[in-house]
Amino acid sequence: MTEFIQQLINGISVGSIYALIALGYTMVYGIIKLINFAHGDVYMLGAFAGLYATAVLKMSFVPAMLVSMVACAILGIVIERLAYRPLRNAPKIVILITAIGVSLLLEYTTMYFLGPQPRAFPEVFKQVSYPLFGGKVTVSNRELLIIVVTVILMVLLQYIVHNTKIGKAMRAVSYDMQAARLMGINVDTTISITFAIGSALAAAAGVLVGIYYNKVWPLMGIMFGLKAFVSAVLGGIGIIPGAMTGGLILGITESLVSGYGSSLYRDPVAFVILIIILLVKPSGLFGKNVREKV
Amino acid sequence: MKWMLKNWLTKENLTATVLLLVLMFGVQTLYSAELISPFVMLNLIIIAINIILAVSLNLVVGFTGQFSIGHAGFMALGAYASAIMTLNFNAPFIVSLLVGAVVAGIGGILIGIPTLRLKGDYLAIATLGLAEIIRGVITNIDYLGGAYGLMGITQRTNWLWAFGSMVVTVIVIKNFVQSSHGRACISVRENEIAAEAMGINTTRYKVLAFTMGSFFAGIGGALLAHYITFIEPNAFNFLKSFDILVMVVLGGQGSITGSVVAAIVLTLISTFLQSLAELRLIIYAIILILVMLFRPQGLLGTHELSFKLFQRKRGVSHGSHSADA
Amino acid sequence: MAAILQTHSLGISFGGLKAVQDLNITLNEGDLVGLIGPNGAGKTTVFNLLTGMYLPTTGDIIFKGESIVGLKPYEIAAKGITRTFQNIRLFGELTVLENVLIARHLHVPYNMLHGIFRLGKYYQGEKEMREEALELLKIMNLAHKAEERAKNLPYGEQRRLEIARALATQPALLLLDEPAAGMNPQETSELMELIGFIRDKFNLTILLIEHDMHLVMNICERIYVLDYGINIAHGTPEEIKNNPRVIEAYLGEGA
Repeated sequence: MTEFIQQLINGISVGSIYALIALGYTMVYGIIKLINFAHGDVYMLGAFAGLYATAVLKMSFVPAMLVSMVACAILGIVIERLAYRPLRNAPKIVILITAIGVSLLLEYTTMYFLGPQPRAFPEVFKQVSYPLFGGKVTVSNRELLIIVVTVILMVLLQYIVHNTKIGKAMRAVSYDMQAARLMGINVDTTISITFAIGSALAAAAGVLVGIYYNKVWPLMGIMFGLKAFVSAVLGGIGIIPGAMTGGLILGITESLVSGYGSSLYRDPVAFVILIIILLVKPSGLFGKNVREKV
Repeated sequence: MKWMLKNWLTKENLTATVLLLVLMFGVQTLYSAELISPFVMLNLIIIAINIILAVSLNLVVGFTGQFSIGHAGFMALGAYASAIMTLNFNAPFIVSLLVGAVVAGIGGILIGIPTLRLKGDYLAIATLGLAEIIRGVITNIDYLGGAYGLMGITQRTNWLWAFGSMVVTVIVIKNFVQSSHGRACISVRENEIAAEAMGINTTRYKVLAFTMGSFFAGIGGALLAHYITFIEPNAFNFLKSFDILVMVVLGGQGSITGSVVAAIVLTLISTFLQSLAELRLIIYAIILILVMLFRPQGLLGTHELSFKLFQRKRGVSHGSHSADA
Repeated sequence: MAAILQTHSLGISFGGLKAVQDLNITLNEGDLVGLIGPNGAGKTTVFNLLTGMYLPTTGDIIFKGESIVGLKPYEIAAKGITRTFQNIRLFGELTVLENVLIARHLHVPYNMLHGIFRLGKYYQGEKEMREEALELLKIMNLAHKAEERAKNLPYGEQRRLEIARALATQPALLLLDEPAAGMNPQETSELMELIGFIRDKFNLTILLIEHDMHLVMNICERIYVLDYGINIAHGTPEEIKNNPRVIEAYLGEGA
């Protein structure tokens, strides 16, 4: 039982990370039906930005994370403006390839300038473990940090999406871009802001991962990005609560499989879930089947 | 019979046959006479293999409009199956090749049937995921060498085999595409709902194209395995699938000659940039993005180059290539 | 005369919305029947049901004596029901001839291997198919554009091509979805003649959806009227023209 709870705690922490990154995928897909392959690399750059902020600029946790989030928000806007906006009406496959191109560009440019080796994150917090249930379960302050930060950001996001004008604009554009435009909504700006928010969340995830695992490297966005994407699809791509739920489910499932089975099975879990979802209900847990109008 | 002869023995076909034979045996002779260096031969063979991969993927993506981005998975099936045949069963090369192709083709059917119900992005992700699963499974099977791969595969692939396989691949796919069944595949790309309404079993043709594509990808993989003599799961990862996809899109989806040209050009670019190591991929990515932004239909769009460059020749989904290629 | 198509209490609901309810229509061989109703009445939905694109939630469809409910669209096309689309669905990048050739695939006289290995049957078969397709194009007055890309045709010709393509499947029942949409009076006149002509020449039964009342009243022998998914009237053009329920549906109460 305690083993179960321990795995659960691990799963929730990892799942929160997946959720944060997944939100970026899902928000962008929801608004312009694009799978932003480069999103995982924005997360990676967020981690590096955090590294720079703490190691070089000697900032503490909160300012470093904010710096990283702002930097990546800008990056997200730039990518959208240069690579995706001109292709808004292009055939799907062209956009797909461009997104992958951007992803490769980010990865290899980072590798070129910083080398492929992992770098250590400075110890922003001293690791403290809190024993629970009489010492049989431990929670570290890092896990708590991840969970707390994630909750705060999610609440913030929900507030923005449901209680602000920009959130309403985002929802409108994702329902019907044409209609939103006709209602006077500045679609381009709305899309840019969506990218900004998604990227900022990914950056936060990157910093948290840097602190938790204590290392960052240029290709770290691939695995986490992919798993976050699976989380988004699991919950229903384009649906915000779906990303959150999907992330948690994936994180917890991974932990349980890894803990009770073998750690070798950890990575395949995401793929298996992906295939099952695509075959059984491609629109995801919260998704609706949209018919093509004949 | 008379139909065959009348249509086979055209000026076009005869010219092409002569040219191909000259290329095939000419290069081989030059190589034997050591007038072509091993480095050049390496490139020629890789080009031939890439042509096979690009044209076979084009059948699925370009002609039938199905977003398959896991082609390397089928390459892997072909490579490993053929390698096992050679290493553990001492099979003659043609047998290894065919076994590789058939295994890949079967993989195509098994994967195609459930996933081809999906459309667009979803299909892309599914094929990507399944290719990774194939890779993951191979990595975990010791009989297949696990993460270390298989070594010491007899080097059977030479120019004759590579070029010959390439010619067969292109002819088969070209003939298929320019037949009623090929048109059925194209109609699936153009407007799936209308195609169904006109009596085309779209699922069957999607799976058919997918299976054919996988079959030839298997041949490509098998040829590669018997040239490099060493294969490991990482050689068939997403980047490889992406490489092939880029050839198809850059050459023009729906253009066989486009895929051929793109395969040649991109392989050469890859070789020339080899010395630049990391910079190579950055340059590659930038070129890619630029082409997508400014010429998304690729080099040839849906047009084909033909011998009748100075006449207006039209064929299936061909158009005048002089005006608007 | 034999009934070629009959629906019994045909209906479909999407979630809570009953798009088509309790529809009973009968078409006899050789009929030219109209299906009219205000926008959103469910007319195209009926076509989608008849062609297998939607699965009915209630009722049955009997074609040539057998139930076709549950069959896939391509199977229904093989049985002899084909259609045109409200929003043109041509194979845009392909030529006019190729569009028709694809519809001939149902009757292709050779198999895949003949094609791949370029055996005699392929060449013979292609020749036959092309000749048949060109014949059809000639009848539809599109032969001169055979090598033109379908997407480059002017609107009226695109509509004609859709009809030519549908005819190429050799249907017994042809469903035309707003064939006159976007046409000027001259084109509509020609279309009316064309519809009558193909019905006779190809021994077709035709069911057509239209908003152009001039066309409907002049060529349809019978008309079914749909409103909010329910068949509110059925009869000859004369009867329908004067039916108060029909007038109300189109013009609102008190019209």
